[in-house]
Amino acid sequence: MAAKPRLAVFKFASCDGCQLSLLDAEDELLALADLVTFANFAEASSRLEPGPYDIALVEGSITTPHDVQRIQRVRDESRFLITIGACATAGGIQALRNYADHAEMLQAVYASPQYVSTLATSTPITQHVTVDFELRGCPINQYQLIEVLKSLLAGRRPRTSPESVCPECKRRGTVCVVVARSEPCLGPITQAGCGAICPAFARPCYGCYGPARQPNPASLSRQLLANGLPPARAVQLLRSFNCQATEFAAESARLVQLQTNRGFQP
Amino acid sequence: MTSTTRTIQVETLTRVEGEGGLTVRLRDGLVEGVQLRIYEPPRLFEALLRGRPLEEAPDITARICGICPVAYQMSAVHALEAALGVTVSPEIRRLRRLLYCGEWIESHALHIHLLHAPDFFGCDSGIELARKFPDEVNRGLRLKKHGNQLLEVLGGRAIHPINVAVGGFYRAPSADALTRLIPDFEWGLEASQAVARWVASLPLPDFRQNYEFVALTHPDEYPFNEGRVGSSRGLDIPVTEYEQHFDERQVAHSTALHSVRLPEGVSYHVGPLARFALNRERLTSTARRVADEVDLPTRCQNPFQSIVVRAIELIHAYEEALEILRTYRPLRPARMAYSYRAGSGCAATEAPRGLLFHRYAIDDVGHITSAKIVPPTSQNQGQMEADLREYVPRVLHLDDTAAARSCETVLRNYDPCISCSTHFLKLTIER
Repeated sequence: MAAKPRLAVFKFASCDGCQLSLLDAEDELLALADLVTFANFAEASSRLEPGPYDIALVEGSITTPHDVQRIQRVRDESRFLITIGACATAGGIQALRNYADHAEMLQAVYASPQYVSTLATSTPITQHVTVDFELRGCPINQYQLIEVLKSLLAGRRPRTSPESVCPECKRRGTVCVVVARSEPCLGPITQAGCGAICPAFARPCYGCYGPARQPNPASLSRQLLANGLPPARAVQLLRSFNCQATEFAAESARLVQLQTNRGFQP
Repeated sequence: MTSTTRTIQVETLTRVEGEGGLTVRLRDGLVEGVQLRIYEPPRLFEALLRGRPLEEAPDITARICGICPVAYQMSAVHALEAALGVTVSPEIRRLRRLLYCGEWIESHALHIHLLHAPDFFGCDSGIELARKFPDEVNRGLRLKKHGNQLLEVLGGRAIHPINVAVGGFYRAPSADALTRLIPDFEWGLEASQAVARWVASLPLPDFRQNYEFVALTHPDEYPFNEGRVGSSRGLDIPVTEYEQHFDERQVAHSTALHSVRLPEGVSYHVGPLARFALNRERLTSTARRVADEVDLPTRCQNPFQSIVVRAIELIHAYEEALEILRTYRPLRPARMAYSYRAGSGCAATEAPRGLLFHRYAIDDVGHITSAKIVPPTSQNQGQMEADLREYVPRVLHLDDTAAARSCETVLRNYDPCISCSTHFLKLTIER
């Protein structure tokens, strides 16, 4: 990589929280600015330099015809393209439109929806271009982001854990909310990285970090339904911030199919 | 006689949250049109909330904005509690104010130091500013970090906290966890006063506007979570009447929902200047003293003074947070019980950028059937454009790049949060 690599940050449909994680790294921010040039980071700097860039951080999902084109340009201009957050890696909460009548949704928000140029779907970046690394989470963990950047600068693979929330939760010493209270917790199928905060705050994990590596969502569904969770609610739990993540999408579709075809039998 | 036209253009607004651009068209030296082009794609939150359990509203609406998620969570839970007929205990109410203090500290410290202050020194970024003023920027980063630490202790994490529940909190923090924050907050109360003196010494452009300020007002407190909706022109209504006095409209040739004050259909101003104008006497004693010391008028007509008012609110947030941290006893219960009933409810709270209104309808099994969200930046949009039309003539002697840059500073006074404005897209205002 160049002596001082050039970093760019691009935003698509998102809340800005993942790129804010960079500005939230208060202790590392100024040091990081010595290691990389913020060549195009509109939220932080008015100096916007044209590409090519060594590293592009991409936040947000693709929801407009214009953004379908724009992500191609970002890819062309960037050596490493890193997606940050649930919107970029799994469509975000706005991908709930993929399961609904988009025209009707637009109508619910806009009096004159014909003026609004938007796609019927919200899709992850990887459905449009090759992605070099995906950093998950809604929002991402700023320490993981710093780790990813430092890894790239050092020319090694980022060390982010693919394990599920459960080991992280155990290490934290939290009593299991599924075992002790029969709560519908997505921890067993969700990727670690948040610090297993929800169970520590006495509530079940809602899956904002997306699927862990090789999850077994069918097994979890069976358990949750046996604990009395209504099937429609099980579908809804999987269809939230990471609803377009492959494993969550497949399991929610399977549950819907089961309900539709033969009444629900877990 | 031939007419001459000129276009001043900002391709990408920088040091703001979200994505937009700005075009000002001039004919024969007169402002012909101001276009605030917002290419932030709509995410249709109000539609996707329908059918979801009401307990998810604070988690889902937080995702509208990564900078002010607590504001969304607060307006959501208060509106839903109104629908459910739940009144939270005074202790829960205090803890919510504490959480809001964390967000104000994080958001104001960010805006003052990294987004806004660079304008007054001709710097491109807070990072560049840090080379000229390392002590001031590092102090700002430390203040910002305190806000985030408070959000982590009380909310579980700084961005999209997980501990806010309808009825209260999922888990009350331990007294120890909060007590440990006190030394940092004592430092912050001192440091925030130094910030206010620093920003009050900045050379502000001489620019005046006649605003109608709109904010929550409260007899005893500087407003966070509750109060009546008041204005500097005498409006004083309960939040339940908000929609009778303010309307979101579609402007001709525009896809924007654009808030106006009824019945005249005029623009108004929400945010720190408005809160300060209507609630100065309810600031904490230190914040009030420093505001007096730096000679801040109660009704600031110069929008560039917003950086000073944010610093005053930073002092307030530190002092109020300290008071709550010092007197906190663990909550029991952390959350009020409720049962489902069909109905609707609304609430407004004060996001760092201004008044944030939510209204929900729910059914008798606890599902959301409709939602309406009016973010502060939508409300300020008309005023931002009005400011620009007044401001542009004074930058016409500059070249296009410098003029565009100067126009951008006018918008930055509002700390616009474009992602927040869930329902505006490709906004084009033609006048």
